[in-house]
Amino acid sequence: MSAASRAANSAPSQRPLGVAAPAEGDGVETSPEVADRVAKTTCYMCACRCGIDVHIKDGKVRYINGNKDHPVNRGVLCGKGSAGIMQHYSPARLKKPLLRTGPRGSGEFREIEWDEAMRIATERLSHIRQTDPKKLAFFTGRDQSQSLTGWWAAKFGTPNFAAHGGFCSVNMAAGGLYTIGGSFWEFGEPDWERTKFFMLFGVAEDHDSNPIKIGLGKLKARGAKVVSVNPCRTGYNAIADDWIGIRPGTDGLFVLALAHELLKAGKVDLDYLMAYTNAPVLVIQEPGAADDGLFLRSNDDRPLAWDREAGAAVSALDPYIKPALTGVHHVNGRRCVPVFQLIAERYLDEAYSPDAVAERCGVDAATIRRIAAELAHVAFEQAIELPVAWTDWAGRRHETMRGRPIAMHAMRGISAHSNGFHTCRAIHLLQVLLGTVDVPGGFRFKPPFPKLAPPGPKPAGKDGGKPMTPLAGMPLGFVTGPEDLLVDESGKPVRIDKAYSWEAPLAAHGLMHTVIRNAWAGDPYRIDTLFLYMANMAWNSSMNTVETLTMLTDKDEQGEYKIPFIIYSDAYYSETVPYADLVLPDTTYLERHDCISLLDRPISHADGPGDAIRHPVVEPDRDVRPFQTVLIELGARLGLPGFVKEDGSPVYRDYADYIVNHERLPGIGPLAGWRGEEGETFGTGKPNPDQLQRYIDNGGFWHHELADNQRFYKMANRSYLEFAVRMGFKERMGPVHFQLYSEPLQKFRLAARGHGPAVPPEAERARLEAHMDPLPFWYEPFEHAAVDKTRYPLNALTQRPMHMYHSWGSQNAWLRQITSQNRLFVHRQTAAELGIADDDWVWIVSVNGRVKGQVRLVDGVNRQTVWTWNAIGKRRGAWGLKDDAGESSRGFLLNHIIGDRLPAGADRYSNSDPVTGQAAWFDLKVRIEKCAPGEAGFTEPQFQRLAQPPHLPAAPDKLSFGAEFRKKREAAE
Amino acid sequence: MTCLPASTEKKLGLVIDLDTCVGCQACVTSCKEWNTGGHMAPLTDIDPYGGQVDGVWFNRVHAYEHTTEAGGRTVHFPRSCLHCETPACVTVCPTGASYKRTSDGIVLVDEDKCIGCKLCSWACPYGAREFDTDVGVMKKCTLCVDRIYNDNIAPEDRVPACVAACPTSARHFGDLGDPDSAISQLVAERGGVDLMPELGYRPTNKYLPPRARTERAATVPAPALEAVKVEGGFLGWVDRMLSA
Amino acid sequence: MHPAYSVIFFTTATGAGYGLLAFLGVAGGFGLIEGGFWFRLVSLGLALALISAGLLSSTAHLGRPERAWRAFSQWRSSWLSREGVASVATFVPAGLFGIGWVLLGKQGGWVAATGLLSAIAAAVTVCTTAMIYASLKPIAQWSSKFTLPGYLIFAAMTGSVLFNALLALLDEPRTPAMLFAIVSGMVGWGWKSATWQHNDSLVATTTLNSATGLAGGTVRSIEWPHTEENYLLKEMGFAVARKHAMKLRVIAQALAFAAPLFMLATAFSFSDIGGLAVVLSVAAALSQLAGMLVERWLFFAEAKHTVTLYYGR
Ligand SMILES: Nc1nc2c(c(=O)[nH]1)N[C@H]1C(S)=C(S)[C@@H](COP(=O)(O)OP(=O)(O)OC[C@H]3O[C@@H](n4cnc5c(=O)[nH]c(N)nc54)[C@H](O)[C@@H]3O)O[C@H]1N2
Ligand SMILES: Nc1nc2c(c(=O)[nH]1)N[C@H]1C(S)=C(S)[C@@H](COP(=O)(O)OP(=O)(O)OC[C@H]3O[C@@H](n4cnc5c(=O)[nH]c(N)nc54)[C@H](O)[C@@H]3O)O[C@H]1N2
Ligand code: SF4
Ligand code: SF4
Ligand code: SF4
Ligand code: SF4
Ligand code: SF4
Ligand SMILES: [Mo]
Repeated sequence: MSAASRAANSAPSQRPLGVAAPAEGDGVETSPEVADRVAKTTCYMCACRCGIDVHIKDGKVRYINGNKDHPVNRGVLCGKGSAGIMQHYSPARLKKPLLRTGPRGSGEFREIEWDEAMRIATERLSHIRQTDPKKLAFFTGRDQSQSLTGWWAAKFGTPNFAAHGGFCSVNMAAGGLYTIGGSFWEFGEPDWERTKFFMLFGVAEDHDSNPIKIGLGKLKARGAKVVSVNPCRTGYNAIADDWIGIRPGTDGLFVLALAHELLKAGKVDLDYLMAYTNAPVLVIQEPGAADDGLFLRSNDDRPLAWDREAGAAVSALDPYIKPALTGVHHVNGRRCVPVFQLIAERYLDEAYSPDAVAERCGVDAATIRRIAAELAHVAFEQAIELPVAWTDWAGRRHETMRGRPIAMHAMRGISAHSNGFHTCRAIHLLQVLLGTVDVPGGFRFKPPFPKLAPPGPKPAGKDGGKPMTPLAGMPLGFVTGPEDLLVDESGKPVRIDKAYSWEAPLAAHGLMHTVIRNAWAGDPYRIDTLFLYMANMAWNSSMNTVETLTMLTDKDEQGEYKIPFIIYSDAYYSETVPYADLVLPDTTYLERHDCISLLDRPISHADGPGDAIRHPVVEPDRDVRPFQTVLIELGARLGLPGFVKEDGSPVYRDYADYIVNHERLPGIGPLAGWRGEEGETFGTGKPNPDQLQRYIDNGGFWHHELADNQRFYKMANRSYLEFAVRMGFKERMGPVHFQLYSEPLQKFRLAARGHGPAVPPEAERARLEAHMDPLPFWYEPFEHAAVDKTRYPLNALTQRPMHMYHSWGSQNAWLRQITSQNRLFVHRQTAAELGIADDDWVWIVSVNGRVKGQVRLVDGVNRQTVWTWNAIGKRRGAWGLKDDAGESSRGFLLNHIIGDRLPAGADRYSNSDPVTGQAAWFDLKVRIEKCAPGEAGFTEPQFQRLAQPPHLPAAPDKLSFGAEFRKKREAAE
Repeated sequence: MTCLPASTEKKLGLVIDLDTCVGCQACVTSCKEWNTGGHMAPLTDIDPYGGQVDGVWFNRVHAYEHTTEAGGRTVHFPRSCLHCETPACVTVCPTGASYKRTSDGIVLVDEDKCIGCKLCSWACPYGAREFDTDVGVMKKCTLCVDRIYNDNIAPEDRVPACVAACPTSARHFGDLGDPDSAISQLVAERGGVDLMPELGYRPTNKYLPPRARTERAATVPAPALEAVKVEGGFLGWVDRMLSA
Repeated sequence: MHPAYSVIFFTTATGAGYGLLAFLGVAGGFGLIEGGFWFRLVSLGLALALISAGLLSSTAHLGRPERAWRAFSQWRSSWLSREGVASVATFVPAGLFGIGWVLLGKQGGWVAATGLLSAIAAAVTVCTTAMIYASLKPIAQWSSKFTLPGYLIFAAMTGSVLFNALLALLDEPRTPAMLFAIVSGMVGWGWKSATWQHNDSLVATTTLNSATGLAGGTVRSIEWPHTEENYLLKEMGFAVARKHAMKLRVIAQALAFAAPLFMLATAFSFSDIGGLAVVLSVAAALSQLAGMLVERWLFFAEAKHTVTLYYGR
């Protein structure tokens, strides 16, 4: 590809002048040397995984720009990525391993050598492994090495492993994977090149940060329509053509009302539904029976459909049948109806009509009707056709690829509600009814997706883990029925976070947000060591921070900490570091190897799979070590299978060695590119000793472009599916059928009715019956239903600032200048009614407590909603900030008043989605009260200032970064 | 030096598309990052980790709400030097430190001559000049003069840092003096505007206003949906479709 | 605009200094006043001291004062440079005048010529100073037809009040200078009132609409680029509360106009009040200079720079 077209910003009006410097004669040095070398690696100012060119001059980072060849960012860089220098040189960087000396939480530490740190960790963990491995709870955060950390946990033998996904967006992951075998999040993307109508639900930033921005730029350039559904009109939503300022937690209703309108008008793609979904599958309708609501199946367990021509039930997977989508069919004396009939009956109900939902959603019925009409118009009157022939899984040739150019994308505005799983499913249902999934102009899967819906394997560790025994599989997976849950005979959770229990059956990512409370309460049992990595659990990644801090420091009658030991790896002095007993300091992202693997969260885009690495581009100047290398060494010291050879010596030298030589399955390793001894193959193949160098030579990544005929209909495209099998994305050939009706959910419902191999305790039944609905539905978010809405009339939300990554952006001298104090954004009218003026200080009060902040009045927000930027508020003493920093004196953290459990009164379940356990951050209800004059000007609650660990430098009073480059230049002149 | 050239050979400048800008701050930090080690290095930050943090930036992004009869919208608004054709920031300069280049029209400060009188910043209506209190001189957007002609970087990178970084492609660069240039055409096509034209500084940079909603290709001419008129309602319609 | 004390002192001091110099140049040069060596030395010394102190203090405002000499180079375009040139150039006739009038004790002839030239140079310098402000289009309160005459009037006014005080000290009550001080004080008061009235009724042609190019309706700032104050806001975003400004206007008027006028009128009306006239004249001068400091402060504080529009101020 030419330089001009491969880069994102390559419009004719964005190109270089292509002329030599004019002879101005003003002495300006127009061609200074920028770098001694340029290292191409992967950004980690956030989890988007863009390619960067790090320009290094005199051993210092001079400049970072985007890698134009990189499939993720194609040369552009976001506000964070461009400020990487200040992260890398942050004054808050940890210097050396730390051992706690003062009380937990004080921040009093002494420095220790790595050897001592490793000895302490090894002794402790070794004892746990020999006695009761589940007493190690290993939870990781924003890292991108879950395929390593999960594997390590499995080899250790603890089921208590998860990463941040459970509080992040598991509703989207599970909602998608159980429905279409792929998901939003960063695992799918709109067809930015072709879509004509783009609907964005609840997204401020996303993991697909730059791809979404590049995409929006393309839509704008083409004049495609952008509809944003979001209570807040900021960022992406600000440039939408239509802003639908929906009331939080009601998207499910809105979307199903769109479905209602489309169904009523016959604007659904029946061919698509028959070919790619379970719409024709027959569902047994025998109330009271043990198989009521399950699919009618053949003896060999294939779901059946009614063939209109044969007048009989036949395998629904047979590509040549003429399935019925409606009607009541009796097969072997059993009453059955096709899935589609159930769908039509449910959503044609007047309860889903625009008029019925309008008020609740805060969107008028006319708008809902208009959007439905526009969707129908674009899908069916503006369909597109790519002149690309392809063959489907059954071998039928299609001369063209037909597309319905409507794309949707959704993220945490949907997921972070206690009804998010079903809302996410509702959006997928809408997409599928319109025939827009993985078609030109629609929503597209990024390989390795789609997978089966749901994908295999199931979570391991049902027995709770045995001493000195690895788990039979990985701790996280996908359950397909009650028998897969990790519960004991009495129904008690096996895992400390209660994932895969009756409380959160489809908890595909674990429930990191429940770990601290459960470990503190000894519910379901006490643990010994909490091992955390890259998650600021004592601050912004916990709900109910105030109580969380007390739980972390609470002691039992013997005066021992209720959570006996905490090991934490962070690279910076975050709020969580002081709560650790042992701190393992990590490197920065420019100092280590990382692997952005197809086994984890790769850099694929819809036109092909890809993966990437980070590699050290500068040397650490501190006594810190890459965490993954430390973890591998710890595995070896513990003698974990897979980490040591027969003779007990380590298998892997370090993480780099692991990345190259580890094989998860024969031929399949962390990296897919340049496999085989000579690097001659990709996907599967022998380890290649030169693999990392090949990556470095290629700019830090590997990417494979799919052939034209593989790019769409991946759920049924033979050529693609064959490729997927060859790559190890799928176990065997065969289509992915979209599960509009989810049989696994119905199985839980049946269990709640007392049927099946595993039944829930009595107390759980009603909740399961209500929420394990095999079809998407809407219910009021739990906190909304539980609190007195006259006392707490407003919804309170957070949004990610595009220039900040959670808590870690505030140590960045440049980023924090943009936002060092967050405001509470309140609708002008709402404020007027409350007698609140711009810049006033207010208490934000929820059932869980109150926090104080300063308001900013705006018009672009749903009137019943207030919001603030996420994770700006900081604790004094953390992050290398000075005591008067805006972050701790005026900025506030909404987390202080977000409950980690549902309000008292209701059963005190965790404040989560009942299906997946996803944390319901955005269900928060509040009121705001103007604070007394003496209370204005500073935030509350305030926390004890954290002591500084040894040798953390005091923050400088002045920063002249770059002056040295200039001096050098001028000296040279 | 502070007399303005009667004309310049080129009028290099930026065009910023307010219809597309999402306010991501990429242009802001990429500008800071390039320039803090560049021609005007450093872009000093005072109290960088404290409560009164204040740094030198050449590009800052504001957010506004624009309310008209047609409704409201949120607009993100990047603000940097507009490299005006008749800028008083140059003519007021007593030392010759401020000047407009004859070749390409870029307005620059020669730091070695600047006495830090700040008058140019008073004369700039747009707030594009930034005083570096640490070194006592005025600094400003250089239009990345040390990038756009830089033989030491790849030819494709020779555009302003902010333009290269902008993830939504909302920033454009080129010769606004040449009516045939791509950027001039873009301005013509999109009705690009001058900021504060009434002051007569004749900014080179142009802003593309957010497109009025109705003018956008984005309005979908969709007729209202009507319920299927078939016996048996929707399910009847499905049957009919399938047996057709 | 941020009222920097060095700049406030500069305009007040140089205004009075140049005013006084002009009076001395004309009155002294042409022999309209007598006065012995000491009177001449003190009065001209005061004028030149005020000018020099003002000029020196203005360099305190510079980021790189050691390079101040560079400011003389751009007289072809820059009023600030012209001011520099004019202020220094003024020292030439003023110096010659000083030699003739003070050291040699002469008047008339070439001394009159240098005196006249000093007066003209002083006026020119005051004009250049005024033009620095009057030419700044981003600040509507300054770039107005009131600015240049205002500077001249205030220079004449403060110069004459000082001149009168000096004459009073010389025991020369009820001179035409006193009359001039009274008249110019009245003119100054009127001019200032008219200026304020004009400024208060200014209809901004530059709005946030034109500043952002967003046509029609209202534009409101909802987020600043940075949450803390920056150079632009500190230098140009200074805003004084209206109530506070009104109070200061009253104080400025009382000190700069009302009190001096009252005192001078008293001194003028009642001959034979002996020493009291001296006290009144000196007090009038001090009061007026104090008042002018307040007025200058307001001149800055009430001036609104267009950049504040961007910040919603
Ligand atoms: N109110 C509210 N709260 C929320 C959310 C919300 O929307 N609203 N969002 C939630 C979601 S989705 C998420 S994912 C969480 C995220 O919350 P966290 O997972 O806590 O994320 P961060 O604050 O980014 O940082 C985690 C820690 O990683 C450390 N770190 C950074 N780089 C490195 C490194 O290279 N190595 C090591 N070892 N450590 C490093 C940082 O210093 C920090 O302490 O927040 C959740 N909390
Ligand atoms: N710059 C930056 N990028 C990031 C992160 C970061 O911290 N900073 N974090 C990363 C992480 S861990 C994650 S999980 C992703 C998350 O990325 P996003 O999904 O964009 O997460 P949020 O910023 O929480 O945005 C949630 C949006 O949903 C809206 N919303 C809230 N409730 C509702 C609702 O009921 N309905 C609708 N329709 N909208 C609603 C909010 O107004 C907000 O705009 O971002 C990732 N990318
Ligand atoms: S989106 Fe994330 S990975 Fe990409 S440049 Fe920005 S911070 Fe880096
Ligand atoms: S924007 Fe301001 S600094 Fe830039 S040329 Fe115009 S007047 Fe001068
Ligand atoms: S601050 Fe420097 S560049 Fe600006 S007018 Fe004064 S001398 Fe010229
Ligand atoms: S052109 Fe260069 S200096 Fe000017 S705003 Fe853009 S990046 Fe900054
Ligand atoms: S980088 Fe582009 S989208 Fe982001 S703020 Fe700047 S102009 Fe706007
Ligand atoms: Mo997240």
